[in-house]
Amino acid sequence: MASEKIDVRYVAKLARIALSEEEAVRFGKQLADLLEHVNVLSELETASVPATAQVVESRNVERSDEVTPCLDRETVLAMAPQRQGAFFRVPKIIPES
Amino acid sequence: MNEPVTRSAAQIARDVNGKSISAREMTQAVLQRVDEVDDRLGCYLTRLHELALDCAQRVDRRIAAGESLSLAGVPVAVKDNMCLTGTRTTAASKILENWIAPYTATAVQRILDAGGVPIGKTNLDEFAMGSSCENSALGVTRNPYDLSRVPGGSSGGSAAAVASFQAAIGLGSDTGGSIREPGAFCNIVGFKPTYGRVSRYGLIAFASSLDQIGPLTRTIEDAALAYDVMAGHDPRDSTSINRAVEPASNALREDLKGLRIGVVKEFVTAKLGPEIDALYKRAYRELAELGAEIVDVSLPTADYGLATYYLIAPAECSSNLARFDGVRYGLRVEGDDVGQMYERTRAAGFGSEVKRRILIGTYALSSGYYDAYYVKAQKARTMFAQDFRTAFERCDLIAAPAASSPAFEFNSKSDPYSMYMMDYYTIPMSLAGLPALSVPCGYAGTPQLPMGLQLTAPLFEEVKLLGAAHAYERATKYASKAAVAV
Repeated sequence: MASEKIDVRYVAKLARIALSEEEAVRFGKQLADLLEHVNVLSELETASVPATAQVVESRNVERSDEVTPCLDRETVLAMAPQRQGAFFRVPKIIPES
Repeated sequence: MNEPVTRSAAQIARDVNGKSISAREMTQAVLQRVDEVDDRLGCYLTRLHELALDCAQRVDRRIAAGESLSLAGVPVAVKDNMCLTGTRTTAASKILENWIAPYTATAVQRILDAGGVPIGKTNLDEFAMGSSCENSALGVTRNPYDLSRVPGGSSGGSAAAVASFQAAIGLGSDTGGSIREPGAFCNIVGFKPTYGRVSRYGLIAFASSLDQIGPLTRTIEDAALAYDVMAGHDPRDSTSINRAVEPASNALREDLKGLRIGVVKEFVTAKLGPEIDALYKRAYRELAELGAEIVDVSLPTADYGLATYYLIAPAECSSNLARFDGVRYGLRVEGDDVGQMYERTRAAGFGSEVKRRILIGTYALSSGYYDAYYVKAQKARTMFAQDFRTAFERCDLIAAPAASSPAFEFNSKSDPYSMYMMDYYTIPMSLAGLPALSVPCGYAGTPQLPMGLQLTAPLFEEVKLLGAAHAYERATKYASKAAVAV
């Protein structure tokens, strides 16, 4: 298993969480500690073991493609941090050229 | 204390159906109890007095119209990671602090349809990540047996509410022990059914392949009653099991004759100190005295449970919690562009433990590490399921501790791993999806505080599990040997 130093800022970027200096140091150390604990898994011989995503009757579940009642639009939009008419409003995604 | 609040759920349902007390009177007694004690205990994040009285009135009308309801007038505490239409549902997180659920979880709806009365929404570790409720961003919950100690977690609010007679049924969710451990700490029953038995629709997701809703109750009979109401297929949760549910309430036993109960040889209770070792040895002896044959079984992978769990659960949580991005609901902290808005929102909205687990999970799933960590853990999970299948060839049930110690003091687990160790005995069952419960089995430590015996059954064998636990509870009556401090 991997043992190199974890770039906690890169991981936080992937996870979309801004970290303070203090958090970066603390989480960096805690992540390294935890990974050391989980590295015991390398002792398990798993070459011929299949992976299990969930243990109970995993099978594909399908339903017929029918229109059914859903949540009321106003109720849902009322919970939005920002809205504009019938839309969720977000900061600009495409920068002006 | 007003006497009606001490009645079991089964007793309340009988009394309300028999009209010796109305649902309204019952509810008023419980609400009064909440007002008297919960400022000190902090079980409820949101009290639902008005809704409770409305629900009680509806129950009384249905009873008057001739209906018989299996949970008539039973006061219910709902963990605040379960949706209930029109109520604040926070997951004890700042990111959802003011979110009002627009729909109701299936498990909660079934409880309400059966005549249950929602008293309030209970505290938990943020997003159910923790073993003490100390990770709640919204409040402190105290153990009703010793207010200087934690109630356990993550379903600590529901457990403490039931133990302190502020509800007869507490709804909890269990991912690695979050029903069983607080049940043990609060001297009550905590029951996690088979994965998929109870719909997860409307449960705010933590680790979807492990999360399971179940009841916390003062008696096994009440756990069976709540299970019978909640269990069963739900088309809105595609992982819910589509097979018939055998009712457990009418299969409760008085002895354990003909049952073989396995004791896991890798679970060396001597490591927990002489007092706790003696307590569990006594519990296994008590099972034998009730007619069970005690056999040794082996779980060779036992020591790998924490490592497996602390890869799978964070990986799934990092994916599930990606939805909290400040766009559709919850907190938003503005930024110069959408990326900065995401990062600031999540930085301000999530607490340390949630951030830590998202980071672990993101790392375990990231390019270059996916096979070494996530896939490896998924393979280990297969080994757990196989180990249990082999163990259950030799026994009907497995007996084990529910937690490594009684309730601990606030702020006494300083590093994350020592907190994770609390779940050592409950995680293997979760990884294998098995039904398991904790039932009071005595007291340990100074002061003497409650401990729980964990019983586990093969997949779908809830009836056998609850039946046997009932015999143990009836014969030992440990819960009645101490009183709450409030």
